Amino acid sequence: MNKRSIVIIGGGPAGLAAAVSAYDSGERDILIIERDDHLGGILNQCIHNGFGLHTFKEELTGPEYAARFISQAEERGIECKLDTIVTDISAGRYVTYMNGEEGIVTIEAGAVVLAMGCRERPRGALGIPGFRPAGVYTAGTAQRLVNIEGKCVGKRCVILGSGDIGLIMARRLTLEGAKVLCVAELMPYSGGLQRNITQCLDDFDIPLLLSHTVSRIYGKERVTGVDISEVAEDRSIIPDTAVHYDCDTLLLSCGLLPENELTRQAGIDINRVTGGPDVRDDLETSEEGVFACGNVLHVHDLVDYVSQEAMRAGKMAAEYVSGRRKTDGFELKLVTDGGVRYTVPQYVSPAQMEDSLTVRFRVDKEYRNKKLCVYLGGRQIRQQPKNIVKPGEMEQVIILKKDLETAKPEDTVKICLED
Amino acid sequence: MEEYNLTCIRCPMGCSLKVTVDGSEVTVTGNTCPRGADYGKQEVTAPVRTVTSTVPVAGGEIPVVSVKTAGDIPKDKIADVMKDIKKASVTAPVKIGDVIAGNAGGTGTDVIATKDIKAR
Repeated sequence: MNKRSIVIIGGGPAGLAAAVSAYDSGERDILIIERDDHLGGILNQCIHNGFGLHTFKEELTGPEYAARFISQAEERGIECKLDTIVTDISAGRYVTYMNGEEGIVTIEAGAVVLAMGCRERPRGALGIPGFRPAGVYTAGTAQRLVNIEGKCVGKRCVILGSGDIGLIMARRLTLEGAKVLCVAELMPYSGGLQRNITQCLDDFDIPLLLSHTVSRIYGKERVTGVDISEVAEDRSIIPDTAVHYDCDTLLLSCGLLPENELTRQAGIDINRVTGGPDVRDDLETSEEGVFACGNVLHVHDLVDYVSQEAMRAGKMAAEYVSGRRKTDGFELKLVTDGGVRYTVPQYVSPAQMEDSLTVRFRVDKEYRNKKLCVYLGGRQIRQQPKNIVKPGEMEQVIILKKDLETAKPEDTVKICLED
Repeated sequence: MEEYNLTCIRCPMGCSLKVTVDGSEVTVTGNTCPRGADYGKQEVTAPVRTVTSTVPVAGGEIPVVSVKTAGDIPKDKIADVMKDIKKASVTAPVKIGDVIAGNAGGTGTDVIATKDIKAR
């Protein structure tokens, strides 16, 4: 059987950064497997600007950001299989892929990096009554149709969900000459970044209806309209509040789901909140030698953070296959309280961790004037003021190795918001 | 004296800015970097944006190429820039940075390609 040192599943921003970093950490036998016919993943359809300020200190569009990493991979001669889909990862890190040239092939990997990204929550998962006419798209599908395939998706559009792709598409369709009537959001807050509300909705006078949802879709062959209703605090539709909008297109931007079918198949522990695998500080999953990074691990707001995380995963995978990794000591579980929904990573090894660890997390609703506190056992090891935290924006806190020196195996690290 | 509460759009941090205009004196608070201060001043005096779109490609591996204004353009010129973008078309191959439409919308700023497109 063919053996490869590091196999990276997915050639988007996470996979590319992981590959480059594994190479720069001394590993040479690296294979990226990508199911699309291009590297770069979803960045290729994100033609708007705002990428790369952290990584490259300049403002790039998605395709430009991807191109930088693609050239870095090419300069290092990293092998990529395009048009190739992984169908299975099994115990012992056997990776099975297939493509039109080789058929079905299984290879043995020294380490695997999961970098499959995420996908959109589809209409079927939203439970909107009505027929199933043409003209209902997820925002990302519409984005691909417009920005890569050069198609027009509609003339009068309603957008359900205020995720970033929905907001970006509101502006994009407006610039293309379509009329975007409104963006309806089920929650009382936006799911997207505030800057996107400013530059994509406010700039074009597109209303954002918070605590509203689409209560019915009309049209049999093609969408002819939708009803938008107010929702109560428990998100149930308030009767007799429906307002009808004539439109030919409905875009859905209702959340992203890490794409973890392969991970589940491999029997790897999945986190109930993130939808991604549980990982330790070195981004290793519950399966030895299998690492995860990017949106397959948890959905990020910023590709720059995906790249940073993936660089670490690539480096850790390289250290693992080279035998440089020290495996001693116990792991502490990171637990959450007081409005913090989840953390990544979920485990930290005080002996093995680097000098500092960036823990990323999200909160369950908007809070003002809180303190973010970190406890080891019952003792506070970190505190920082947070003027405002929002569910749509990922937060982070740094934990230092020296703060965990006194940790006992039965301790937990608690991350919470306090008054 | 006028006060504006803005969200900085220069990067995804989206800092909440307070901009105070007192005659010709403009002060910005709430920013975490110099770009935010510049944005706050610019936004209340002469707001600018980067415009991104696509242009048809003849003979390319995909039918459109993504483009952007090479720099910021005045916000009230977005429609004029889009008119020129809609008139433009190119032939593959296209390289990142190729000028697709010069002096778009009379802004003095070029529209350039943001993606490499190979010939089919």
